[in-house]
Amino acid sequence: MSDFDAIVVGAGCAGSVAAYTLAKAGKSVLMVERGNFAGAKNMTGGRIYAHSLKKVFPNFEKEAPVERRIMRERISLLDPTSNFTIGFASEAMAQEGKDSYSVLFGPFDQWLAEQAEDAGAEVICGIPVEDLVMDGSRVLGVVAGEDELTADITILADGVNSLLTPKAVGAPTPKPSEMAVGVKELIELPAEVIEDRLLCGPGEGAAWLFAGDSTKGHIGGGFMYTNKSSISLGLVATLSDLVTAKTTIYQMMEDFKQHPEVAALIRGGKLVEYSGHMVSEGGYHMIPRLVGDGCLVAGDAGMLCMNLGYCVRGMDFAVASGQLAAQAAIEAMDRKDFSASSLNRYMELLESSFVLRDMRQYQRFPHFMESTKRIFNGYPALVRDIFNGMFVVDGEPQPPLKKKVLGSVKEVGLMNILKDVRGGMKAL
Amino acid sequence: MIEPSTVNVDAKLSLNKYDVDEEVAHIVLKDAAEAPGFDAEFDKLVIACPAGLYRRDENGTPSFDYAGCLECGTCRILCGQTILEKWAFPGPTKGVEYRWG
Repeated sequence: MSDFDAIVVGAGCAGSVAAYTLAKAGKSVLMVERGNFAGAKNMTGGRIYAHSLKKVFPNFEKEAPVERRIMRERISLLDPTSNFTIGFASEAMAQEGKDSYSVLFGPFDQWLAEQAEDAGAEVICGIPVEDLVMDGSRVLGVVAGEDELTADITILADGVNSLLTPKAVGAPTPKPSEMAVGVKELIELPAEVIEDRLLCGPGEGAAWLFAGDSTKGHIGGGFMYTNKSSISLGLVATLSDLVTAKTTIYQMMEDFKQHPEVAALIRGGKLVEYSGHMVSEGGYHMIPRLVGDGCLVAGDAGMLCMNLGYCVRGMDFAVASGQLAAQAAIEAMDRKDFSASSLNRYMELLESSFVLRDMRQYQRFPHFMESTKRIFNGYPALVRDIFNGMFVVDGEPQPPLKKKVLGSVKEVGLMNILKDVRGGMKAL
Repeated sequence: MIEPSTVNVDAKLSLNKYDVDEEVAHIVLKDAAEAPGFDAEFDKLVIACPAGLYRRDENGTPSFDYAGCLECGTCRILCGQTILEKWAFPGPTKGVEYRWG
């Protein structure tokens, strides 16, 4: 007889949604979180696409502590001496189910964990799960502090840096080429200043991604999300390439902040928190087994994260996988069969949802990004030269525009550009 | 060659809330003499650790302090098999506590 129907490790997006769903179905659930409160060890860029959370909490955008609805997208090619930005705003971003919100995990994860607790889940914080209770390959529960706690099903939602998935489902240690490190500064600014600087309406916000000089030409990029009265500013860099850099990541971050384009954005702001976290970037091919005997893996622990350069998703995958893990667990409890083959229902649910469909759809993209360093160390300068040719007037007789553009293009190589465009199209 | 850093990362870390476990180090490095290729591996961590816990002084002497750790696990992924003796999460209630995250 187990202590609980289910134990959930980690009170992030995946864990709390799984615990909530199980508790709501009347199951006894324990959620164990190593932070002193949900969110205390968690970090996001970050923005959540609403669609999957709306399925769990239809009114979350009114009830949960979200920061701003993102109504503007910006993408920049940053060169040390120039910046090229495209911006996009659309009414579609405001439509229910197509909307997205900036969030901070301190408040947001606490709200999610409260929903699980209110539904009847037991939540323990401040205790890391050090090990799993195993019987052969069967996960029987967790070792937390002095205690061994058992459950029919253990759901691992302990994040991208899970130390438990190798034992539970044989997950390999991710390769440095599959992982990136993110560093973020939270910079306080008055709400009106944020809205004025980013051309946003009251309560509305912007997302901004940067490639190029933000990582000194290395694979990765800068990001900016507006919160209610702060800006989340940071950068993400793929580990295998980052270690070939000449500067430390915290120097990169500081230099990114000093870039005129960014400096103007955060001028007068007050740094209040400095955080670091890893993010899985390897896509579909790095997803470990998500099902074991008595065990399911959800969210970042399952490497369910997608970075397409212009669109970064993880929380919507975490929410959906947490919900589907709970659903599969509930069905297995009804069958009283906790074997991997019974729990494999989780894979069916993931396969028929956007989670694995989207991960598979974009499976080629991580390799494309990794093998197309020109995005980071070539194109920002190319774009700079082309637009310097258009916008900078010095009184010298002007060559034809075509000649100026082709001159810049030749430096990178027309064939290289065509190859990269074709590669990008194929990967997307 | 890693360019010298001009940013004071410790000042940034000092804004965070920590309860450092003074008794138990959750990350332990191997002895340089016992880990082949120690220097090259260490330099990876000098570059990639967002908290700047891995440093070299003016003479190039490596130093490490786990106190400001952000618990991201970057060093585990890069050097878990080479120069790290141990990588664990800090004990109950210890380590960094993000107020906003």
